Amino acid sequence: MKARPLVLSGLVLSALILASLGVGAASIDLGGSDPWTMLVLMQSRLPRTLALLLTGAALAVAGVVIQSLVRNRFVGPDTAGTGESAALGLLAVTLLAPAAPIWVRMIAASLAAMAGTALFLAIVRRLPAREVMLVPIAGLILSGIVGGVVTWIAWEADLLQFVATWLMSGEFSGVIAGRYELLWVAGLAALLAWFAADRFAILSLGDEVATGLGLSSRGVMRLGMVVVSVVSALVVVTVGMIPFIGLVVPNIVARIMGDNLRASIPVVAAGGAGLLLACDLLGRVLRHPYEIPVGTILGIVGSVVFLWLLYRPASHG
Amino acid sequence: MIRVTGLSHRIGASTILHDLDLTLPRGKLVALIGPNGAGKSTLLRLIARLEPLQQGRIQIDGLDLATTPSARLALAMAVMGQQARIASRLRVGELVGFGRWPHHHGRPRAADHQAVDQALDAFGLTPLRHRFLDEISGGQAQRAHLAMTFAQGTDWLLLDEPLNNLDMAHARALMARLADLVRGSGRSVVTVIHEVNYAAAWADHVVAMKDGRIVAEGAPATVLTEPVLSALYDTPIEVARHDGRPLVLHHHRHDDLDAPCPGPATETRLALH
Repeated sequence: MKARPLVLSGLVLSALILASLGVGAASIDLGGSDPWTMLVLMQSRLPRTLALLLTGAALAVAGVVIQSLVRNRFVGPDTAGTGESAALGLLAVTLLAPAAPIWVRMIAASLAAMAGTALFLAIVRRLPAREVMLVPIAGLILSGIVGGVVTWIAWEADLLQFVATWLMSGEFSGVIAGRYELLWVAGLAALLAWFAADRFAILSLGDEVATGLGLSSRGVMRLGMVVVSVVSALVVVTVGMIPFIGLVVPNIVARIMGDNLRASIPVVAAGGAGLLLACDLLGRVLRHPYEIPVGTILGIVGSVVFLWLLYRPASHG
Repeated sequence: MIRVTGLSHRIGASTILHDLDLTLPRGKLVALIGPNGAGKSTLLRLIARLEPLQQGRIQIDGLDLATTPSARLALAMAVMGQQARIASRLRVGELVGFGRWPHHHGRPRAADHQAVDQALDAFGLTPLRHRFLDEISGGQAQRAHLAMTFAQGTDWLLLDEPLNNLDMAHARALMARLADLVRGSGRSVVTVIHEVNYAAAWADHVVAMKDGRIVAEGAPATVLTEPVLSALYDTPIEVARHDGRPLVLHHHRHDDLDAPCPGPATETRLALH
């Protein structure tokens, strides 16, 4: 009974993975093992599928984490200024140390994302708790400001095209073997969040309850910030901004399973991976053999789901 | 026992607690009473380390609050604040289960499951254990929160106005439960209570506070008297006896009922001037 959502999402996910391996501009025979098929599979389809799975799962889990940090369901890692801050960090490295190796860039992006998330949390803590909608609005404003700074600097430095790949809606058509592997780190960060699931669940019960149970809110906040920032930074840098996954998936899963995060995080991860994969597949087949970026598809699908979440009848009795 | 020495607390320019010295006995049901703004909740929250200690010292069974890790204190005392309802969408059983977290840090054992079952049973929540918190009433959610505190299984239970939101039957059942906890299993309970008659009926030890100071403390019969209560609440209050315990008759004065336009009694008016 308890495992049902997980089994169900696992089955759906398996079907999507098979479809994702089979669908694309190049036509291949999934049963065969000729060199052409193997080349397409190993160099393009498999990396792309893995990148989608890792990104979707990690973003959805980061959404759960940031929602429990701010105790508000209407935020996601993409509406907290985190992605824009990561871009700012990356831009700074590009300008100051153009020759820096990739891992230095990643660390800079992650640190900048962490600073952006910390700023968001500091702002949110000062907002009146009753005004639920102020939190997402504050996040959107912060994202807009940081994004504006990034665009301005990029304009001045003639790097607009470079920056556009991060800030524009993300897409996976460029993913090939050797150009997505950093996403495994984002996956690891999400796994870390699962290990600390009880702590995040207790934190979302309130500071008083957490203190009463002997849990340091600050430590959990820091851990959560690291998870959200690392996931956002690596996703933005590798494939660009992916909207709505971190917002919509945790909400739907919480509706069905509640907030016992230890049980729900695996389902959230599977749901995020599945939704992103499905939207990417849609983008691949709608104008075959051309592609629509998954970020665009998600923008449409996600906003419809979000509106439904906002206007659904309240469950409070 | 809980030993408080030289405790002062300020919020902004106003002093909430003035240099308190207080000893709360072990194995008793202790009630903190007093008018609004007396500092009862602040005192309780300081003992429960929900507020940072500004000045003074607090020890719980020899553990100094300032130097003992919070996780260790969670095994010595459980606390329920006055917090509004929990916004998290947890099932009742899951919430109560988090009360055992200080003991197992994520790996519950048989004893933990048993403690949760007991706590659910003690607060009449077993039929609700699979319901979501946001789908039950405020009073039921409050009981679930209390059951979580109870499941923590600590020697000390600190409760800030636990009777809020509870109807008569559940309020009485809770006080009976607390008294049973104290008399049956030797635990110690400290609770802020607004309705003095619950203190009169159930408490072993009453601490009366006003303006950040301790006005009186001791057995209910010595604290809940007409002169002490009248001075404490700045209102003339009658105290009768019922079942050998004080019964505080504070809802009206005799002459209020006969007056054409019920208003404060003469003494009160004088006292207000």
